[in-house]
Amino acid sequence: MERRLSMKPFALAALVGAATLAACTQEAPKKAEAPAAAPAAPPKPEPLKVGFVYVGPVGDAGWTFAHDLGRKYVEGKFGDRIKTTFVEKVPEGPDAERVIRDLVTQGNKVIFATSFGFGDAMEKVAKDFPDVYFEHATGYKTAPNLRVYEGRFYEDAYLAGIVAGQMTKSNVLGFVGSFPIPEVLRNINAFTLGAQSVNPKVKTKVVWVSAWFDPPKETEAAQSLINQGADVLLQNTDSTAVLQAAEKNGKYAFGWDSDMSAFAPKAHLGSCRLNWGLYYEKAINDVLNKTWKTETTKWGVKEGLPEFVSLAAFIPDATKKKVEDAREGLKTGAVAVFRGPLYDNTGKEVLAKGVTSDDKWNGAMSFYVKGVEGKVPSGK
Amino acid sequence: MNELASLVAATLSAGTPLAIAGLGLLVNERAGILNLGAEGMMLVAALAGFAATFHSGSDWVGFAAGAGAGALVAACFGWLVIWLNTNQYATGLAVSLFGGGFSAFVGVPYVGRKLSERSDYSVPVLRDVPFLGQALFRQHPLVYLVVGAAVAVAWFLYRTRAGLVLRAIGEAPESAHALGYPVRRIRLLAVVVGGALCGVAGAYFSIVYAPLWVEGMVAGRGWIALALTVFATWRPARVLLGAYLFGGVTMLQLQLQGMGVNIANQLMSMLPYLSTVFVLVLISRNPAWIRLNMPASLGKPFFPTL
Repeated sequence: MERRLSMKPFALAALVGAATLAACTQEAPKKAEAPAAAPAAPPKPEPLKVGFVYVGPVGDAGWTFAHDLGRKYVEGKFGDRIKTTFVEKVPEGPDAERVIRDLVTQGNKVIFATSFGFGDAMEKVAKDFPDVYFEHATGYKTAPNLRVYEGRFYEDAYLAGIVAGQMTKSNVLGFVGSFPIPEVLRNINAFTLGAQSVNPKVKTKVVWVSAWFDPPKETEAAQSLINQGADVLLQNTDSTAVLQAAEKNGKYAFGWDSDMSAFAPKAHLGSCRLNWGLYYEKAINDVLNKTWKTETTKWGVKEGLPEFVSLAAFIPDATKKKVEDAREGLKTGAVAVFRGPLYDNTGKEVLAKGVTSDDKWNGAMSFYVKGVEGKVPSGK
Repeated sequence: MNELASLVAATLSAGTPLAIAGLGLLVNERAGILNLGAEGMMLVAALAGFAATFHSGSDWVGFAAGAGAGALVAACFGWLVIWLNTNQYATGLAVSLFGGGFSAFVGVPYVGRKLSERSDYSVPVLRDVPFLGQALFRQHPLVYLVVGAAVAVAWFLYRTRAGLVLRAIGEAPESAHALGYPVRRIRLLAVVVGGALCGVAGAYFSIVYAPLWVEGMVAGRGWIALALTVFATWRPARVLLGAYLFGGVTMLQLQLQGMGVNIANQLMSMLPYLSTVFVLVLISRNPAWIRLNMPASLGKPFFPTL
């Protein structure tokens, strides 16, 4: 009796655990098959099957949400010529390889993996399936059937910086960072440089929360920046918490990854939105037209992948004009975010006069520009 | 000075949900039940609270819904561990995982929704006192209520007969049973109260602290609340102090970062747990100490004999 009883918890725990896991790795419900064609109709071409691998939940209102909007965008564009499937909340690690392999064996001919940590898995699976096209977001490894794509998010951060530099009264900006990696450092520096381009007195304070997604902690970080005098905030985290903290305190902030204007009507100055759909459209067209080739795509404001949208109505027209000028400049190349002379915050010159940064330089960024306070956290 | 006042205010706000959940868990641990499902209960309650506030427009309806949801999950847990005598640790972990998955699944329609205009709370007159006003008197009412709750729990445990019975059940359920107390029913009640308080804490996150719903938004604070009860050696006043300490450490670390002082924040996120292990080592070194502090039957199943 005792023995039998003592087995129960484990069976139960296993059951509940399994149910939870099942819920977590839930796949997108496949679209109902098109109604069976009438026997007389000519055979339709098989739709191109496209699989998406997401690192977060579709409902994160940020990074993964933006990718899923892209998926819906191409679904609308291509109609029944394609059929999409997604798997959300895929951990970056051994599981990713299994999920990608599964998607391929289900007949998907194009795979989009939307997080940096999927790189190794993509490389392995790509080797085994040479007739499938693999697309890896924010990665760097390529192969004959594997290519990478990325957005120049920092160009959005630069435009946000221009607004911030004009709207700040305390001349202190705040940035809630996730992890001190080059991508995030680029955003911090671009935000600061954008602000300095219109207001040289601006300083930026940075607080790291060591998470892409932790709304209470993002709130705390925003609160602590506001406590220290920051009155315009930008974040490189995935929730709307920073924006809402700014609203509560009567300060300003921006939306990140998607249009967040609805969350904070008084605090929201603009949103740095990512239009992944534009790239997905191009990639699928490449496959359909058989023009797909290995390359590295980095799209900026010019191509419209990062887009600074929903500028608040109360922003003065002169400021809006400055943003539009910079936007045009970024498109034509007249404006570059990182162009010398550029100094880091210890006074060392990092770009000589007249030199514009290249992607290699951007990819290795490990410093704060002049005007950002503090030191980049390091393992040392 | 101004910054110090804001730091104090932020600390109180950050410590409040930890204290509420910690007090709730303290009550059920004092009755001998360890509920590792705190994180899951808080997530379910955060969703229930957000949804209720979203539809009703009232924070207080949201808190009631959060408390109800927490109590309901806790009651299921209680039924499993008290009547079916399932292992408390395994069941608690299952509840934690279940709560996370369930709230994510059911909460999909609420992602990206926004609550109606949030109102500012402050204590009239006192809010204008220099320094103190900013530090103490511009908070959500729950921040003050939690102090009252700590006093009430302490009074209940140490000054009332019912509290004595509760503690007796946590120490020696067999003896309490022999004296004729309904051990299982009292334990269930304690578990439900614990769940309700965890629920209020969960709702505080989604209604007041970061007014939004996204899955997993409690982000480990249920575990901190659990650690807190051990850190506080199962004493209500220490739970309150510990909560402010943990909240204060988080806020101070963020504040220092903003001032350009570099402290690895990974280290800071370990701190609540490190200090808990430290306290555990301290109180476990001496058999008399551990007997004084830890409810003797904590985590052990109880089979009533006829």
